[in-house]
Amino acid sequence: MKVLVAVKRVVDANVKVRVKADKTGVELANIKMAMNPFCEIAVEEAVRLKEKGKATEIVAVSMGPQSCQETIRTALAMGADRGVHVKTDAELQPLAVAKMLKAIVEAEKPGLVILGKQAIDNDCNQTGQMLAGLLGWPQGTFASKIDIGDGKIDVTREIDGGLETVSLKAPALVTTDLRLNEPRYASLPNIMKAKKKPIEEKTPEALGVDVTPRLKTLKVEEPPKRKGGVKVASIQELVDKLKAEAGVIQ
Amino acid sequence: MSALVLAEHDNNAIRSATLNTISAAAKVDADVHVLVAGKGCDGAAKAAAQIPGVKKVLKADDARYDHQLAEPVAALLATVGKNYAAILAPADTFGKNVLPRAAALLDVAQISDIIAVVSSDTFVRPIYAGNAMATVQSGDKIKVITVRTTGFPAAATTGGSATIEALAAAADPGVSNFVKQELSKSERPELTSAKVIVSGGRGMQSGDNFKKVLEPLADVLGAAVGASRAAVDSGFVPNDFQVGQTGKIVAPELYIAVGISGAIQHLAGMKDSKVIVAINKDEEAPIFQVADFGIVGDLFKLVPELEAELKRRAAK
Repeated sequence: MKVLVAVKRVVDANVKVRVKADKTGVELANIKMAMNPFCEIAVEEAVRLKEKGKATEIVAVSMGPQSCQETIRTALAMGADRGVHVKTDAELQPLAVAKMLKAIVEAEKPGLVILGKQAIDNDCNQTGQMLAGLLGWPQGTFASKIDIGDGKIDVTREIDGGLETVSLKAPALVTTDLRLNEPRYASLPNIMKAKKKPIEEKTPEALGVDVTPRLKTLKVEEPPKRKGGVKVASIQELVDKLKAEAGVIQ
Repeated sequence: MSALVLAEHDNNAIRSATLNTISAAAKVDADVHVLVAGKGCDGAAKAAAQIPGVKKVLKADDARYDHQLAEPVAALLATVGKNYAAILAPADTFGKNVLPRAAALLDVAQISDIIAVVSSDTFVRPIYAGNAMATVQSGDKIKVITVRTTGFPAAATTGGSATIEALAAAADPGVSNFVKQELSKSERPELTSAKVIVSGGRGMQSGDNFKKVLEPLADVLGAAVGASRAAVDSGFVPNDFQVGQTGKIVAPELYIAVGISGAIQHLAGMKDSKVIVAINKDEEAPIFQVADFGIVGDLFKLVPELEAELKRRAAK
């Protein structure tokens, strides 16, 4: 079974972003970028399936400017076999990404597609569900466990009250949650090997997808600041303050 | 035109997140309808009809909606939703699962996790873990929206008298089956609707300490218990305890962060709480920058002391 994973290049999770003075977005110049953490989990899961003999080939797809190829190389160093890069400098929104992934899935015909549940930049949590809908495939979102069966894939999902297990008819789409696995660090020999793995370049036009944004960002602002910082010396004082000043306990 | 709210329910009652979503929907369009899709969901439909401001309840009662799986419910929304100006659901694991799929079937964008309605086509939503607020305008004919429930008040549950209309089931793609649910059993209030939350982080050191140290304090306060991602990753507590950017978003009256350093991903999930208390041994921990009241010290000493003090005063 071929497995396709989508990977997104985002601002590193440890960077605190700043809003631009002209309110058009956040400051991205000279900021450390990395693979979206949930996408790392997706790649790791695909690699583990291959190590268990359940997957035969792993294709890693990313979309955006030239620099996305670094993110694809990271996936290749973790163990993906080849990459597909849809190269564009246009702003990409989830629906357009899902449409382009659909075109790639139709050409590649994987048995399983794995995406991260959410990208930590726009926090949308949409692309996997949209892609599954467009393909008419079943979806196992927020997965903490994947079981590949005969013609079916069982997925344990993290839901608000606990866990839910669904059985999906293959081919299927899965989005990853935190506890699915712990991604590996690529070893130096594997990073070297990844440089030789092929990355195929495509364009939105060649895939026949109109990527015009459906949502227009009017402005981006700083969130209201919280005034914190009062330290109390004792539990007595804390409880007094909670009662008298905050009024949150009787 | 009207706004359609996809109800989250257990066939008998409407879950509270739906009430906040209805308040958001009323700001998008005054004519609010509610879709209740389930099996044997008459009770939930009747409950929805009593919510003031709801004009009509659409009830799709069919075996295929038994567990409200994304595939059949999104297919239903893609049919019914065509005639609406907006479709809304709470931005919890239920809404996030179903709504983007429905949006794709309708060929429209989704506006995720809104915290404010500026006008019928313009909304405010947090990005980058809440470190920036984006105001976005949708050019689509149908606005598909998930609602951050902490951004809107809950609608009342009585006083309304909407009509209930039975809806024919839509075609089921038939590609998914429900197997089982394992829900955490707890006497405590639900995290997302609790008035008080006691949350633990890596500083708790073990799952055992959550039980021995944190839970007695939560008992005294009638609080829900939450956790940081670090505590979940370390296996101290299950994932559904997680408060943060990729877990649950909460805004209780009182949030007590115990042994939580305050990474931006955690702050994203709780910084709208009315009062924040931080207990941490590291006085430089970023949690103190957002805490209304901070106390520096050993949590294993301070938490039992707080519990005892609250008990002592309650006994007076």
